[in-house]
Amino acid sequence: MTQAEVDDTLKRIQEHKGVQGYLIINSDGIPIRSSLDASVTQQYAALIKSLSDKARSTIREMDPSNELLFFRMRTKKHEILVAPDKEYTMIVLQATDAS
Amino acid sequence: MDIQHVYTKKRSEFGRQVIFTDRAVESIADIPPNPDLSREYISRNPVELAIQNVREFSEHWVNTVRFETENRGINHVEGGWPKDINPLEPDQTSRFRKKTEKEDGFTRSMLSLGNLVEHTIKQNNIVDIYENYFQNLEPDVVEEAPYAKTVNIYRDPHKTRRAANHISWYADGARKLAVSYCNLEFQSGTNDSFIDSYIWDTENPTKPDLHLKPISPLVCIEFNPKDTHQLVGGCYNGQVCIFDTRKGSTAVEQSLIENSHRDPAYKTVWLQSKSGTEFFSASTDGKILWWDTKKLSEPVETLILDIEKKGRLENALGAMSLEYESTIPTKFMVGTEQGRIISCNRKGKNDAEKIGNVFPGHWGPVYALQRHPNFLKNFLSVGDWTVRIWSEEMRDDCIMWTKPSVHALTDGQWSPTRSSIFFTTKMDGTLDVWDILFKQNEPTLSIQVVDEPLHCLRVEEPHGRLVACGSQNGTVTLVELSDNLCVQGKSEKALVNGMFDRETRRAKILEARGRARRDARGKSAHGEKTEKATTDGATLESELKEADPIEKAEKDFWKIVDEEKRKRDRKAALAGEKAAAEAGETTQAEEAAPATAETTE
Repeated sequence: MTQAEVDDTLKRIQEHKGVQGYLIINSDGIPIRSSLDASVTQQYAALIKSLSDKARSTIREMDPSNELLFFRMRTKKHEILVAPDKEYTMIVLQATDAS
Repeated sequence: MDIQHVYTKKRSEFGRQVIFTDRAVESIADIPPNPDLSREYISRNPVELAIQNVREFSEHWVNTVRFETENRGINHVEGGWPKDINPLEPDQTSRFRKKTEKEDGFTRSMLSLGNLVEHTIKQNNIVDIYENYFQNLEPDVVEEAPYAKTVNIYRDPHKTRRAANHISWYADGARKLAVSYCNLEFQSGTNDSFIDSYIWDTENPTKPDLHLKPISPLVCIEFNPKDTHQLVGGCYNGQVCIFDTRKGSTAVEQSLIENSHRDPAYKTVWLQSKSGTEFFSASTDGKILWWDTKKLSEPVETLILDIEKKGRLENALGAMSLEYESTIPTKFMVGTEQGRIISCNRKGKNDAEKIGNVFPGHWGPVYALQRHPNFLKNFLSVGDWTVRIWSEEMRDDCIMWTKPSVHALTDGQWSPTRSSIFFTTKMDGTLDVWDILFKQNEPTLSIQVVDEPLHCLRVEEPHGRLVACGSQNGTVTLVELSDNLCVQGKSEKALVNGMFDRETRRAKILEARGRARRDARGKSAHGEKTEKATTDGATLESELKEADPIEKAEKDFWKIVDEEKRKRDRKAALAGEKAAAEAGETTQAEEAAPATAETTE
């Protein structure tokens, strides 16, 4: 049943205004689920995983009691939202209104 | 000196035991000091002795072990997969994926992360947190008071006092200024005065960049807009000369004195031509000469400023200033010493066709003349104590003028960037900035630049921010203006255009009305003539004197009537018919007289 909940959650996310796609990767950087095509998924998985790890380590170095909760990158074309977790990371692409 | 002691010993006594005995001291040699020898020596005082107390160092060098580097590239492939799964096989990878999805941790973290992400997405959709407020609005124009400050002062390094009477900016950006110095006072002692003119670099006010050494002092100097190394100068003795900054200080070319002006060549202006080698010069001897720099032995063309178009040099007006706009290459204007402004066309076959309209101008020499850079039909002229703005369509009068000032005006120029601003310099050393959209009865900003009279000014061309003014003592001051005097507002051009149109129309209407009145007077005078010849003088006089027209008209009326009566009486004796006819005429005359009385009112 929880599997259905997960699917629901993901579908709901997909249907929000402006969302272009989502991507779920595990701690090794392997894309578990993705709504984008394979090559793009691959790129995002590899690049964003390393960036998110770097960001997390930066926060922890500055203050060990602190931890990275969420990570947003606003670019000209869209906004990349990264939600890191212990084992998995969720990445969502949302279009910005200006573009 | 030989210290020796000889003793003898028997051989049999060799090896015998030595027996020592004491003996008294015996002086063997005594060498006294010889003071004469001391003269061979010089006493040295102080004695210098160098001592150093440092650690001892020694230098060695060693070659380290070589560090080897190598360039290698890495090919990234899909990684992170555990060892047993081959990433290239889709079913293995999908199996792995499905397995991870079924894990407990997966669902939990997905739900929590999903919530987090959704929160942010919703946030994004509601509010654009990176929105730039008021992006399209222009920054508010803060109405600050206009100001101007002196940036640099370039003083004549030479002692003799000469006036700086013409300034020209370097054509390519505001880096250099050419200033001509000449003592223009009538018959002042010119034997010992320095005749050089200078080119200043704006950054270096202490020493001029280049000295220009002409044969006679320069009255006017201009950079060639096409070839920035060339300058043309008009001399005090009437010649014109060409300088080249690359070729040194003396003039590269000089015109022949027989073919040049007979008075100082007050203005030389470069012409717009393909070769960039043509210019023309004007002088108070009444001639305008066209030259080509390749052949300065005689002018290409000559024009004698005789307004009556008869080409007589004795009647010619002396030219003080020239106006030439490179966008209208064949027309130009001359401001004369007598105050008139003549608009000329170069394309005339003879002098008569070359001279066009003559504007009445000023009550004294016209020192500056310039067309408006945006509205070519309007131009400003500076002379006597006023500045006048003219329109080419109105030949009899200017359309706008300033209040006569206390001090005489010496030079004026429009601002190249703002349509409604022009600058003037006065004999009391002030630089005035006039803004005709803001205030017309007095200058918007008046700056006391120096204490002695200012003779010339020049605005730096593309930006209109720097103004250079030359004074009587030979000091050139560079003044920088505030932003609101250089940056044009949006509707300014249209407003100034509207103002010029309005004033031109007003002048035209006034002229038309004046003409109509003159015509009406003329007609009524003509009508009286057919009736009575003698009363003509009286009626004309009554029109001129508008002091009490009704009285005058009445007086005339009665005069006419009385004369009619006398004539009638004279002719009554001759024929009865004629008398009847004249009675009819009298009534006509009576009717005509009140009509004239009305028009004179």
